[in-house]
Amino acid sequence: MAGILCVIEQRDGVVRRASLQALSQAARLSAPAGAPVVALLVGHGVSELAAELGAFGAARVLVADEPRFARYSPEAFAVAAQAAVAEVQPRAVLMSATTLGRDLAGRLAARLGVGCLADVVKVWLDGDAVVAVRPVYSGKALATVDGGASSPVVVTLRPNVFAAEPMAAAGAVETLAVPEVPIRAVVRDVVARESGELDVAEADLIVSGGRGMKAPENLALVRELAHALGAAVGASRAVVDAGWIDHAHQVGQTGKVVSPTLYVACGISGAIQHLAGMSSSKIIVAINKDREAPIFKAADYGIVGDALQVLPALTAEVRRLKAEG
Amino acid sequence: MKSCVLLACVPDTASIIKVGAAGNRIDEAGIKWIMSPYDEFALEEAVRIKEAGSGHVTVLSYGPDRVQATLRDGLARGADAAVHVRGGEATFGDALAIARVLAAAVRALGGFDLVWAGIKGVGSDNSLVGAMVAELLDLPHISGVLKVELGDGKVVAQREVEGATEIIEAPLPCLLTAQKGLNEPRYPSLKGIMASKKAAIRTFSVADLGLDEAALAGAGCRWRALELPPARSGGTILDGEADPAAAARELARLLREQAKVI
Ligand SMILES: Cc1cc2nc3c(=O)[nH]c(=O)nc-3n(C[C@H](O)[C@H](O)[C@H](O)COP(=O)(O)OP(=O)(O)OC[C@H]3O[C@@H](n4cnc5c(N)ncnc54)[C@H](O)[C@@H]3O)c2cc1C
Ligand SMILES: Nc1ncnc2c1ncn2[C@@H]1O[C@H](COP(=O)(O)O)[C@@H](O)[C@H]1O
Repeated sequence: MAGILCVIEQRDGVVRRASLQALSQAARLSAPAGAPVVALLVGHGVSELAAELGAFGAARVLVADEPRFARYSPEAFAVAAQAAVAEVQPRAVLMSATTLGRDLAGRLAARLGVGCLADVVKVWLDGDAVVAVRPVYSGKALATVDGGASSPVVVTLRPNVFAAEPMAAAGAVETLAVPEVPIRAVVRDVVARESGELDVAEADLIVSGGRGMKAPENLALVRELAHALGAAVGASRAVVDAGWIDHAHQVGQTGKVVSPTLYVACGISGAIQHLAGMSSSKIIVAINKDREAPIFKAADYGIVGDALQVLPALTAEVRRLKAEG
Repeated sequence: MKSCVLLACVPDTASIIKVGAAGNRIDEAGIKWIMSPYDEFALEEAVRIKEAGSGHVTVLSYGPDRVQATLRDGLARGADAAVHVRGGEATFGDALAIARVLAAAVRALGGFDLVWAGIKGVGSDNSLVGAMVAELLDLPHISGVLKVELGDGKVVAQREVEGATEIIEAPLPCLLTAQKGLNEPRYPSLKGIMASKKAAIRTFSVADLGLDEAALAGAGCRWRALELPPARSGGTILDGEADPAAAARELARLLREQAKVI
């Protein structure tokens, strides 16, 4: 029974949460057939992370721990993943649809001459086929897709959609030999942005502000609620274009597509391009002074009112509830 | 500097999406087709690079006849030449097949220093074709660029990953994919629009490129079915006009006790 290979992403010696979600999903897919789950860890000084991968279902952990892998490069990492595919002969290669995961997946799939099912929210095995559901047209529709004649099929999993659950497995560590290849696109420098700020693409909770916040300084009210909740800060394109906040925060068709557990939209009308980016969130909350705003049609909960007045009260209440425990 | 910009022709972002009769595609009736928004950034940057020095910009699209309008839009925004590879019906939704056709076309045209794509085609939402074309052409690539500087024989680009900015250098030729924030695309000028209407578009069939479209189809991905997401049922909307603080307290209670997200 062909197994499943899961490519793990780590940054600064920490396995990304999204990669554990992908690994858990690989384990869930493999379990009925008793097929092995193999994790691939590429980096430098990363070998000790292998134990953690065993705890999340990896029977084997292939490790390529070399100085040349200290920084991500699509060319070098695709060659490493290709070596792992040759070793494992998996039927699917899973990874998280993070920025790097999506970058690597295309390069790897083309290198293997196989297809990629990108940013999926469901994936299963149907006989010989790997089948997945993926949002298309920015979430306005859901396509059920399969990998056609591809073997293996590369699949990237949308972060925060699949649960990461501990599952004890052998986690046997093996060194993976990767051929030397020239790395042409070289990372010269990495600059951390707005230190410690949560990225919307990875966050489980998001509070977003729109033009209804009235002025850039009022986004502080959005940030305070986000802080009280432990959420990331998102934004509509209107306020990104107005220069109130960096584009990295934009949610929507030309920003990030997110699926958090909780999405709070403050002073956002709910234009189709914004809804496209957040309508697959589990719980949507809207705060808007216009009862007719389209965002209320997508909302599970809402307040018709002035966000500038509602937000401080909501933040205070969240703090109080959290302090209660 | 010779650039080739890959342009995808996609449904307008404001389109209402309906499922077509075949059950695995959208209903194209009434859809307005546009240049994929990220491709606008790619094209704008290629044109700026040409204007800042010298060079030539080719726009390339693979698809049915409607992509000619997208190519003319590209010419109106400053491209010098347009190439249409006819087809795309059989390879719909299959990024690998599309990348193979585009890579063959780029190779046939030849001589580019930079190949450009959008970071993501709006609609397919794959973010695959750029990196795939780079791999098939054995070019280095940098995805999601926000800033680009050209040096002798090399490109230095800036891009964002979750929580950090990376500075990446690559030798030319190289493939770059454009992210929003790279530039502010211009609107086509009236003169540009008029000229683009008369411009000649070179067309190829997939067979002209030495490929068999039917054999390419389904190699990487097939769409089995298309559905609309379930509509959300009516939410609990509170009145916060008279007493914002009371509404806020009630919302917090609901989020904690009912939705269990706090
Ligand atoms: C190609 C294309 C791509 C796009 N991509 C995106 C995208 O990725 N993301 C995105 O967000 N948009 C995108 N847009 C833009 C989108 O169409 C909207 O223009 C945008 O989302 C509007 O932002 P907004 O809701 O903040 O502003 P508005 O639409 O102006 O809405 C402001 C809302 O605030 C409410 N309000 C006003 N005052 C208050 C108050 N005191 N308290 C509470 N509520 C108040 C108003 O009732 C209104 O509903 C795109 C558009 C195009 C054409
Ligand atoms: N049929 C096509 N013709 C030309 N370019 C395309 C085509 N499909 C995709 N592209 C390019 O590839 C990018 C990424 O598309 P995708 O992988 O579909 O998200 C787009 O932004 C375009 O630059």
